[in-house]
Amino acid sequence: MAEGRARRGVVLPGFGLAMGFTLAYLGLVVLIPLATIPLRTATLTWGQFWETVTAPRTLAAYRLSFGASFAAALVNAVFGLLVAWVLERYDFPGKRLVDGLVDLPFALPTAVAGIVLTTFYAGNGWVGQYLEPRGIKVAYTPLGIVVALTFVGLPFVVRTVQPVLRDLDIQVEGAAASLGASRLQTFGRVILPEIVPATLTGSTLAFARALGEYGSVIFIAGNMPMRSEITPLLIMIKLEQFDYAGATAIALVFLLASFVLLFLVNVMSLRQRAASSTG
Amino acid sequence: MRPRHLSEPRAVRWVLTGTALAFLVLFLFLPLVVVFTEALQKGLGVYIAAIREPVALAAIRLTLLVTVLVVPLNATFGVAAAWAIAKFEFRGKNLLTTFIDLPFSVSPVISGMVFVLLFGAQGLAGPWLLARGVKVIFALPGIVLATLFVTFPLVARELIPLMRSQGNDEEAAALTLGAGGWQTFFRISLPKIKWGLLYGVVLCAARATGEFGAVSVVSGHIRGVTNTIPLHVEILYNEYQFAAAFAVASLLTLLAVLTLVVKGIIEWRAGSGSV
Repeated sequence: MAEGRARRGVVLPGFGLAMGFTLAYLGLVVLIPLATIPLRTATLTWGQFWETVTAPRTLAAYRLSFGASFAAALVNAVFGLLVAWVLERYDFPGKRLVDGLVDLPFALPTAVAGIVLTTFYAGNGWVGQYLEPRGIKVAYTPLGIVVALTFVGLPFVVRTVQPVLRDLDIQVEGAAASLGASRLQTFGRVILPEIVPATLTGSTLAFARALGEYGSVIFIAGNMPMRSEITPLLIMIKLEQFDYAGATAIALVFLLASFVLLFLVNVMSLRQRAASSTG
Repeated sequence: MRPRHLSEPRAVRWVLTGTALAFLVLFLFLPLVVVFTEALQKGLGVYIAAIREPVALAAIRLTLLVTVLVVPLNATFGVAAAWAIAKFEFRGKNLLTTFIDLPFSVSPVISGMVFVLLFGAQGLAGPWLLARGVKVIFALPGIVLATLFVTFPLVARELIPLMRSQGNDEEAAALTLGAGGWQTFFRISLPKIKWGLLYGVVLCAARATGEFGAVSVVSGHIRGVTNTIPLHVEILYNEYQFAAAFAVASLLTLLAVLTLVVKGIIEWRAGSGSV
């Protein structure tokens, strides 16, 4: 393997074996299965495809999935930044425990999160019983979807912002202060520009995760067509009706949209990083 | 501690800390407590009965079997991928890492769907296999494949940055001193990554045990046969057997908490420099 040169001098063995296994396994488990999506969609005529992906029910599902995921990502951007800040900058009893708890949504199975949040926010639940008399219905409404998506996306912003805050040079803040900047000015002009890219990256990851999320949402959503039916559920319903082509067409558009979005934000954050490292 | 002029006034610190903690308690801690209060609402007897029910035991057995099949495969892949990517330079490395992360950006439902398209009764290879008596969808192989797909990047993702940061110097030294390739791998490289590997394996096992969407598409929901633990929870919940649903869910929750504890221990070890 001419290309498999080790980084420094001595050539490590095993490149061919490791690479061969990696590529074969990647192909079998991920790439070949994913290739069935465009293949299956290609069996539809252009007219059938267009009709499926622009049906009112499909458009409503796309709108809901993107809208609710965006709202959840926004909530996570604000609160994730706050939580990261408090965990990195302040001391309080039980901090290590709280820090560990942040990863709970990564570890907790989505179905469990779904039934827990539904019970929690239902009309007779711990929180729902205080909200519903005030006219705020969470469970079985689009608001419930946002709550569930906020839960599953919560760790992303916290975990991407924390290391950036930790590595900030305290002397820069000191310089700002000694030049007469107030604490608020220092935050707005010195600290914030440093952590905005990480916040953006984190909330994009949360957004992407929220888009595809299924388990935690279907229990709390109510699942009414046109109103509270997310795209993954619509795909599931099409599959249960053995409308494989329809399900695949909806999935293809959904996947492409989220890939393009992720790609754009990646480019954006790369540019930002390049700008901040040269400027 | 930071000097006072480089921190916020005490009142601001308290308000920020209070708000952050209130948010976390409301969104993370209380939901965690709900699992156990709901599970035990009808007493310990109902709790134990829900777990010892034959259908529940069958679900637990199936989930364990799937996990035992999936984790070694993805762990082997993770080590191989990390070895190739972290230890060598080659063209297309970024593309390869992007492909490895791909399953993370695919909805679980779509992850299950692709295997129905491949192996379902109307799938590409499904009819051929079915004619030969091999059932993939609505059977164990389908559940294993879907779980392999969704947990695919977990071990590799833990190991690639870890191996890269460790460099090749020790391996190079061992090789120069006459150790063989496998010897170097087992005596030098594997011990160096053992904590990262352990964490990757724990993550992979936890995710394999709890996967819902992808498995839901390929399982067929046959009680006592193709129902995993999360699918059993769903059925109990939809039948309004809430205490039983939360009792079974509490097993998965304990596993999630265990994952967090293992992560805490490994980070603590890494922090104290004993890794």
